[in-house]
Amino acid sequence: MKTLLFKRALQLLTVVWGVGTLTFILMRSLPGDMAYRIAASRYGQDNVNAQAAQMVREELQLDQSAFVAYWHWLTDLLQFKLGDSLVSGMPVTETLQHMLGHSLLLALAGLMVSILIAVPVGLLCAWRGNPLDSIFMGLSSVIRALPVFVIGVLFILLFALHWRWFPVAGFGSFSHLVLPAFTLALSLAAVSNRVVRDSAKRAFSATFYQFSKVKGLPAWQTFRRHGIRNIAVPVVAFFGIQLVSMIEGIVMVESLFSWPGIGHGLAHAIFARDIPVIQGAALVMGVLFVFLNTLVDMLCLWIDPRGAKTE
Amino acid sequence: MSVMTSFKKILSGIVALGFVLSMEALAKPTAANTLSISAAFEFTSLDPSKNGYIYSRMQVLETLLDVDANGVLIPAIATQWRVSEDAKTWTFQLRDGVRFHDGSLLDAAAVVNSLEIAQKKHGALRNAPIMTIRALDRHSIAITLSRPYTLLGAVLANYANSILSPAAYGKDGEVLALSGTGPYQLYQFSPPHKLVVEKFDVYWGKLASIPYASYLTGHRSESRVLQARTGQADIVFGLDPASLMSLKHLPRLTLYSNAIPRTIVLKMNSGHRFLNDVRARQALSLAINREGIAKGILRTPGSETAQIMPSSMANWHLEGVTAQTEASAGTPGSVLAALGWSKNAEGILERNGERFELTLITYADRPELTAVATAIQAQWQAVGVSTKVEVTNSSAIPMGHQDGSLEVALMARNYGFIADPLGVMLSDFGSNGGGDWGAMNWNNPDISALLSALERISDPYQYRVIAQRSAQLIYDERPVIPVTSYVQQTSVNKRVQGFRFDPFERSFYLNELEFVKP
Repeated sequence: MKTLLFKRALQLLTVVWGVGTLTFILMRSLPGDMAYRIAASRYGQDNVNAQAAQMVREELQLDQSAFVAYWHWLTDLLQFKLGDSLVSGMPVTETLQHMLGHSLLLALAGLMVSILIAVPVGLLCAWRGNPLDSIFMGLSSVIRALPVFVIGVLFILLFALHWRWFPVAGFGSFSHLVLPAFTLALSLAAVSNRVVRDSAKRAFSATFYQFSKVKGLPAWQTFRRHGIRNIAVPVVAFFGIQLVSMIEGIVMVESLFSWPGIGHGLAHAIFARDIPVIQGAALVMGVLFVFLNTLVDMLCLWIDPRGAKTE
Repeated sequence: MSVMTSFKKILSGIVALGFVLSMEALAKPTAANTLSISAAFEFTSLDPSKNGYIYSRMQVLETLLDVDANGVLIPAIATQWRVSEDAKTWTFQLRDGVRFHDGSLLDAAAVVNSLEIAQKKHGALRNAPIMTIRALDRHSIAITLSRPYTLLGAVLANYANSILSPAAYGKDGEVLALSGTGPYQLYQFSPPHKLVVEKFDVYWGKLASIPYASYLTGHRSESRVLQARTGQADIVFGLDPASLMSLKHLPRLTLYSNAIPRTIVLKMNSGHRFLNDVRARQALSLAINREGIAKGILRTPGSETAQIMPSSMANWHLEGVTAQTEASAGTPGSVLAALGWSKNAEGILERNGERFELTLITYADRPELTAVATAIQAQWQAVGVSTKVEVTNSSAIPMGHQDGSLEVALMARNYGFIADPLGVMLSDFGSNGGGDWGAMNWNNPDISALLSALERISDPYQYRVIAQRSAQLIYDERPVIPVTSYVQQTSVNKRVQGFRFDPFERSFYLNELEFVKP
């Protein structure tokens, strides 16, 4: 466990430096004049002109060389300072907190609901076999094949427009969370229920499982003693991957439901060339990747202490 | 005994907590006491010079002067104003008893402070020929100019020059709190999407009846339409014209279509070797099927226009110009042929071995621009002009103007940005062959002289004559080619009454709205 944590701490440092440097280089090499981009985002389309760009250039010292700017960023980072947004002037940490908080809330809620759907469905399919298994296989394929915003629009049409149970878009209350979370959950569960099913099927047909049944243990006890842990390792690992990939991929859902998450915020920051926000967001997401991976590894290690990693 | 005492203590604690919580619940925005507004624009900063248009529309901020629907100046924080004989000193009498949202009283010093800070930031006040802004006494201020400047009143009515409490500013003039003087005060600020304002009970003018109002940025016009349909938003601005048909049938909604002084125009680089002859620009203007664009793409038939200003800007709108006026010049083909262009085997115009190719840039902030750009691309293609459309950021237009790389740009220009259109006209056509959002390499000495004359003229008749001459010059020479004017589509839920639309988009007039009693 100690080696694992040490390795991950080292990984974290390289990720922080690497992601920050890479975003810096990429952003600097984008075409267009940063001062104009920032001015357009600050003052709006009606009020951006050369004078505004010049003011921005002077205020933010955009004329300084890339190397000096990079050096400033690096020294700031070593003091745990992420700087201020070039557009709003607000501290990056505050902006990220607002965006990431909402994204994490949505991602976790989506994952929870997807687990509640995927685990029972997957187990049921593995246990009952055909024709139930085939039906869910077909259903999962159909849902997976739909782009996530189509699911979202269908949900809006049904639950917001037809039945009026939930609001169409927005944030700030529990009812606003329901539709985006279920949209995400359904598209996640379409894959993860298959992973649960495969893992369960493998465990159910294993010799140790058969043996415990033969020696006379009742079905539930067999499942509890020999099923859960064996099924859980690949499933937990897969949920971990889903969570990580979801945080970067919920842009469509965020945009559809006017959810102020990091995907949406990052896209706007890139249009505006708001480098501190982009770097901050990339950094936090990199750190989150490492953190979630570590968490999943530790969880897997706890479930299966033999040190065997997932296949 | 001691058990009894602690039990009582706990009980009274619970009662007190319950009371506090219920008071809290009463004083919170709920769907029943909050007017919800949905519109497309984000906000990131408290600074009026940046996002002031949102705060002035939500009636948090106010300016010295206001304008009515016709652009005529009316009193706001200043009750009266006077211009000196030499037109170089403006004095303003301030309203008595105006309170800022932080509780302090407005006085001349606060007004001077706000204006001086605004002068240092980006905005129209910075470019005004102001020498001093000073307090005459507690309730009046004077602004001295280096030369007569009739625009001053309209510039002071711009959102960037809102008056805030002195305590709202940091030491470098940065805005720390939005303590304005409007009928609503800031309650929740969650940039970039959500803003909630609360009724301000000691407002100097008409008190609001609705306790709270919320502003939610809805980026996608589709989701704004759904918000209108479900009643989740009471007022939805910027509806997609294509959705109007389906909304018209809903008994709960009233739809408003209002013309605003914003026009879709093509900015032409008049110094470009293909475009430096006025006939080339005329031919390209002739080749545009404005009616088709207005009807088929924007779904606002009748919004096609060959002039930059709508008829509401009477001084600047040319009465005699119709679709026929332009057609009398000939067909695009004949005009271009006269310039030496002839079609090659691919159907593209060629002159001295050079193909007639142009790059048209536009930006994605307004989705209709991309569609209009591709329509123009096809219409120009039909007369043999090959156009490459590039969708980029709005800042590419001033940048392309400055570095000279711009050829043609399609943009939505707001001529009412300063309530007096002269403000935008001056920056677009006033000097050095044009402006960032106006003419480019169009060196017409007459227009600069005419526009700068208008800065000094206060006689309405003389003003109109010169404004008309300027408009005619721009129409004849086509440094910019207008395509259509804007019609703003708004839906209002029937639970709200008293709605009116501000063509200058300065205010949502929230304090005039009421919920209909069930």
